Amino acid sequence: MSDLSVLYDAPGPRARRRNVLIAVVFLVVLAAGAGWVLSVLEDNGELDWDQWEPFFTNGNVWTTFILPGLQNTLIAAGLSMLIALPLGAALGIGRLSDHAWVRIPAGTVVEFFRAIPVLLLMLFANEAYAMWTDIDRDVRPLYAVVTGLVLYNASVLAEVVRAGVLALPRGQTDAAKAIGMRKGQIMLFVLLPQAVTAMLPAIVSQLVVIVKDTALGGAMLGYSELLDSVGLIDGNFANLLAAFTVIAVIFIVLNFLLTSFASWLEGRIRRGKRGTGAVLSTTVTDELDAAGDVPGPGGLAKT
Amino acid sequence: MFDFLDLDRYDLFGAFWTTVQLTVLSGIGSLIWGTILAAMRVSPVPIMRAFGTVYVHVFRNTPLTLIIVACSQLLAYTLGMTMWADFGTQSLSFRLAVLGFVLYTSTFVCEALRSGINTVPVGQAEAARALGLSFTQVLTLIVLPQAFRAVVAPLANVLIALTKNTTVAAAIGVAEAALLMRDMIEQEAQLVPIAILFAFGFIVLTLPTGLFLGWVAKRAAVKR
Repeated sequence: MSDLSVLYDAPGPRARRRNVLIAVVFLVVLAAGAGWVLSVLEDNGELDWDQWEPFFTNGNVWTTFILPGLQNTLIAAGLSMLIALPLGAALGIGRLSDHAWVRIPAGTVVEFFRAIPVLLLMLFANEAYAMWTDIDRDVRPLYAVVTGLVLYNASVLAEVVRAGVLALPRGQTDAAKAIGMRKGQIMLFVLLPQAVTAMLPAIVSQLVVIVKDTALGGAMLGYSELLDSVGLIDGNFANLLAAFTVIAVIFIVLNFLLTSFASWLEGRIRRGKRGTGAVLSTTVTDELDAAGDVPGPGGLAKT
Repeated sequence: MFDFLDLDRYDLFGAFWTTVQLTVLSGIGSLIWGTILAAMRVSPVPIMRAFGTVYVHVFRNTPLTLIIVACSQLLAYTLGMTMWADFGTQSLSFRLAVLGFVLYTSTFVCEALRSGINTVPVGQAEAARALGLSFTQVLTLIVLPQAFRAVVAPLANVLIALTKNTTVAAAIGVAEAALLMRDMIEQEAQLVPIAILFAFGFIVLTLPTGLFLGWVAKRAAVKR
């Protein structure tokens, strides 16, 4: 039975009765909580149909506020990922270098930017662009958001690349050495292509982190992304709860799809017959630490 | 070089102290709520498992900024849930921020714990059941203590991420480090020294935590 865990015995009649009782009590508590929340919302008129109606009947809400916001979110996230990937690969390979004068600076850069909140990087970039460049005011928030995200995520991705290369079996390097390849060739033609496969799930998961972090740009820098459109919708229709709910659902669905895609990729690579089967887990502890994942014989908690 | 640092005008240490308070309080709250969530997710009651799963997926996939801003604008200023603080005060935004951080960070605690439960060998739980322990006993006496020892390192990462995430509280006006930095770079002309100062502040907060908890993790881990 797929429904059983090793943490408890298969329920007998008494245990089944008790479980049903617990379930009922839990449901009652949950329903009471939900009922209280709903009544508070009702009292505040947040549940009235005219609050929610614009999202269903008024196409303008979508075309003027939500879709442009979503587009900006995706632009910022996509740009950040595109720029951060090669930068992160360079830093990650740099950290694996045999030369101390490459390894140590690369390591310092990675550790420095990983230790700093991405918001500080964005604020800094915003002010730096304002002071030293003549980038137009309208696009400056986008530049600042992307710069902050690139600096931070390149250093995270550097760790992913490093872990991906290190996860490959040693035999790959040994075999490449045995046929007379040089260090650069081994990295470029043997390790990196295989590491990319191993890294893919982790990279997709990092995309989730990036998408979530773009919301910071909306709240702090005035970048008109998805979260920013909550204020605009509320300004037009005075429906704060409905606006927040719709935007949150869009974020959740988008990120859930990305997460599911990452786990699917991970499973596919793990089961795949081609390649080494080495894969980095998608288990992200938010600002992911590729080495922080707990390996184990496994089996207790169902996933 | 650091002549912009007028400590009478800019409460640098106060701001970082707020960051520390946010981190510690949210960390404790997330640990408690995250453990409860993890227990729900492995419990024998399907409805609890479902609740835990849905909760984790929903909150983990929502931007933290959205949660924090919603806590402030929606909970407090629209619905009037002020958590026993007065409107417009620092303590109101502080409490709302802590609430938001707990709601969000607990999902990562829960997932870390669940992977920790996975590191406990199956035989441990089987032996406990063979002794006739109930689910609660198996979990609280046998499995969770070993799981916690395995997840010190991942939980340390969550804590460090939380420390950095507390800057998001600036979005609802909590007077912590990021907000002070924004004020300072807008009013003083020395961008780079200010940025370095704040970066240094966060490195001082996160680096020793990471090193210390890394040491704890090595000592705590169950040798198998």
